[in-house]
Amino acid sequence: MKPIIEVRNLYKKYRIGVKQSYYSLRDSLAEMAKNPFFPFKRKKIDKDSLASDEFWALKNVSFKINPGEAVGVIGLNGAGKTTLLKLLCQITPPTRGEIIIRGKIASLLEVGTGFHPELTGRENIYLNGSILGMSQKEIKKRFDEIVNFAEIEKFLDTPVKRYSSGMYMRLAFSVAAHLEPDILLIDEVLSVGDVTFQKKCLGKMEDITGKGRTVLFVSHNMQIVLRYCQKAVLLDKGEMMKFGLIQEVVNDYLYYKQKVATFRKWTDLGRAPGDDIVRLTEVRLWENNHHAKETIDIRSMIRVDIEYRVLKKGVTLVPSIQLSNEQGIIVFSSNDTDNLWNWKSREEGRYVSSAFIPGNFLSEGSYLLRVVIASYKPPKKHLSEKDLMTFYVVDPGGIDTSRGNYIGRIDGVVRPFLKWITKKYQ
Amino acid sequence: MTKIIIRQKSAWKLVDLREIWRYRELLYIFAWRDIKVRYKQTILGILWVIFQPIMTTFIFTFFFGNLAKIQSGGLPYSLFSLSGLIFWLFFSGSLQHASDSMVVNESIIKKVYFPKILLPLSSVITGLVDFSINLFLLLVYALMIGYFPRLIGLIILPFCLLLTSVTAVGLGLFLSSFNVKYRDVRYILPFFIQLLLFLTPVIYPLGIVSEKNRMIMALNPMSSVVELSRSVFSESYGLFPELLLISIVSSFIILFFGLAYFRKTERFFADIV
Repeated sequence: MKPIIEVRNLYKKYRIGVKQSYYSLRDSLAEMAKNPFFPFKRKKIDKDSLASDEFWALKNVSFKINPGEAVGVIGLNGAGKTTLLKLLCQITPPTRGEIIIRGKIASLLEVGTGFHPELTGRENIYLNGSILGMSQKEIKKRFDEIVNFAEIEKFLDTPVKRYSSGMYMRLAFSVAAHLEPDILLIDEVLSVGDVTFQKKCLGKMEDITGKGRTVLFVSHNMQIVLRYCQKAVLLDKGEMMKFGLIQEVVNDYLYYKQKVATFRKWTDLGRAPGDDIVRLTEVRLWENNHHAKETIDIRSMIRVDIEYRVLKKGVTLVPSIQLSNEQGIIVFSSNDTDNLWNWKSREEGRYVSSAFIPGNFLSEGSYLLRVVIASYKPPKKHLSEKDLMTFYVVDPGGIDTSRGNYIGRIDGVVRPFLKWITKKYQ
Repeated sequence: MTKIIIRQKSAWKLVDLREIWRYRELLYIFAWRDIKVRYKQTILGILWVIFQPIMTTFIFTFFFGNLAKIQSGGLPYSLFSLSGLIFWLFFSGSLQHASDSMVVNESIIKKVYFPKILLPLSSVITGLVDFSINLFLLLVYALMIGYFPRLIGLIILPFCLLLTSVTAVGLGLFLSSFNVKYRDVRYILPFFIQLLLFLTPVIYPLGIVSEKNRMIMALNPMSSVVELSRSVFSESYGLFPELLLISIVSSFIILFFGLAYFRKTERFFADIV
C-alpha cells in the first residue's frame, strides 16, 4: 500500500519580524518619482541560501504516513509545526521539496472559516461545508448529524450574528468534525469551548481515528498525543529530530525539553557524588520490574534503585528520596524504612536500596527526583543530588484509573485510586 | 482517489481549468453567498437593483437627451441609454466587487486552500444576476414604449454579454491582486471607473466620434458592447467589423494579462494578505 502522505525534503523560508506585507500605491509612485531609474529594486530570489532577514521555518523535512495512522506533530513553540500543516493544506507553497497526498485532506485549523454573520445557521452550514471541501450532496446527507451535534436545532434559521459565542463555536466545530476527509489535520483545536463540549470533541476524534482515518495532530499536550497517536514527528527549529513510534518520540521530546532521564551511572568512583564515606554509583527507575521509560503509566508501581558504595565502615547511613512536581512542590520525602540497616553501622561494600512508589498514587505530569544519603549521629548529608531524574506519569484513562472516562484537567498533587461505594436509597 | 502534489508552482501555466472544474460547486456557493447577503441586507431587494439603471437613465435622459439634445439615432434617448447602461453597470459592478474580493475574503484565503481565481470569478457571476434583472427591465421598458427587439438580438445580446464578461474577468483579476498589494487602489478605483464611463459611448453614440478615433475607442471593448447593444432595437446601429475585431482582440489581451498578473501574485497571497 502506498503512503497516504509523502513529504520529501521540504523547505520553507520565511522573513523575520514585522513583514510589510502590502504597500500603498501612492507611496510606491512617490518612491518611483524620487528614484526614476531604478523603480524596481528587484531582489534576486535564491531558493537555496538565506538573506540576513530570512530563516528556515522548515528545513529538509521528510517522512511518510500510511493510511489509517494517527500521527502527532510535537515540538516547542516555533519549531515549525503550524508551518508544516499550512504547507500540507496548500495555504502557502513550499520553497523547495514536495508533498504528495493521496486522498482528500481537511484541517481543523479553520474552524468557522467563512462564516457569514448575516446568514442563518442553515446557510452557514452549506457555506462553511463547501469552503472546507464538502460537496453539496455530502452536506445534505450529514446535515441532521451536524445540527444535532452542535445542538442548535432551535436556532437553525437565525442569523449567526445573534448566536452566543458558544453556539457559534459549536456549530463551527460540528461542521468541521463531519468533514470525513481521508486525512484530517488538527491544531490544538481542543482548547476551544467548555469542558463538556471538549469531551464531545475528543470523543469524535476517537471515532475518527477508530474508523481508520489518517490524522495529523499538532499539540503540546503529551497526554492527548500519547492517547490518540501511534506515531509522531518531532520538530525542532524547523528540522525533523525524529519520526517514529509515539512512545519513543515523546520520550525524546521530554528528554530534550526537560532533560528526562530514568537511569544514571557513575563509573569513575572518584567523580561520583558523595564523600569519603559513601559514594553514589547508580540510580535506576523501574516500572513494574522493567526498566522505566520516560513515561510511566499511572497504574504502575515505580521502583527507585539507589546503588552506592560504602568506603568506610562504622557509619549508620540512611538513604532517602524526595519527589517534586513541575510546579516545584515537594510531593513527598521518604527515608529508608528498612529497620535492619537503620540502626546498624555499615560494612564496606556495594549496597542497593530500593524505594517502592505505589501505582495509582502520583498525579499526571513530570517529576524530579532527589536522592540523599545522610547519617544522623552526628547529622551529616554525605550526598544530596537534586534533579537527578525526571520522569513523566501518564494517566491513559480506563476503569482501573482514577481518570476513568473523564478527559479534562484533573487538579491535585496526588491522584490516588480511592475506593468508592455509591448506593441508591428509596 | 485524488492525488495532489504540492510543490513550488510554475508561473507559466496561466490557469488550471481542470482544477476550477473540480471546484465548480465552491464557485457557485461563493456567488450564492454574495447574492444572498446582498439581497438580505436590503429590504427592498430587487427594487434596489433596478433603482440604479432607472435613476441613471432618468437623469441621463433629462440632461443629455432633453437639455443637451444629444442625438440618439432613431431610438428614444431613454431606450438608447438604458440598453448601453445595463451592460455598463454589469461591467463596473463586477470590477468593483472583483477588486475587493481578495481582501474581503482574506480570512478564508489564509486558512483554506482553493483556487483563488474563484473569488473574482464569482464576483462576475454575482453581477450576472443583477444583469438578468436589468435585462428584463430593459425588455419590459422597450415593449412599453413600443419597441420590439429584433431577432438578431438573440445573437447580439449573448455576444455582448460574453465580451463584457471576458473583459470584466480580465480586469477584475488584475485589480483583485493589485488591490492585495496596494491597499489604496480601492479608493481610487471608483474615480477611474467614472472616467471610463465617459470614454465609453454610453451617453453618446459612437457615430459622433471621428473614424480614426473610433479605432482607438474600440480598444476599450465596452465601446463595442454598448454600441452593439442598441442594434437590438434599431437597424440604424451596427458596428464595423474592424472595430469589433479590435475589441475582441483587446478583450482577450486584457484577459491574458489579468490571468498572468493574478497567477504571478497568487502564490504568495496567503503570506501577504
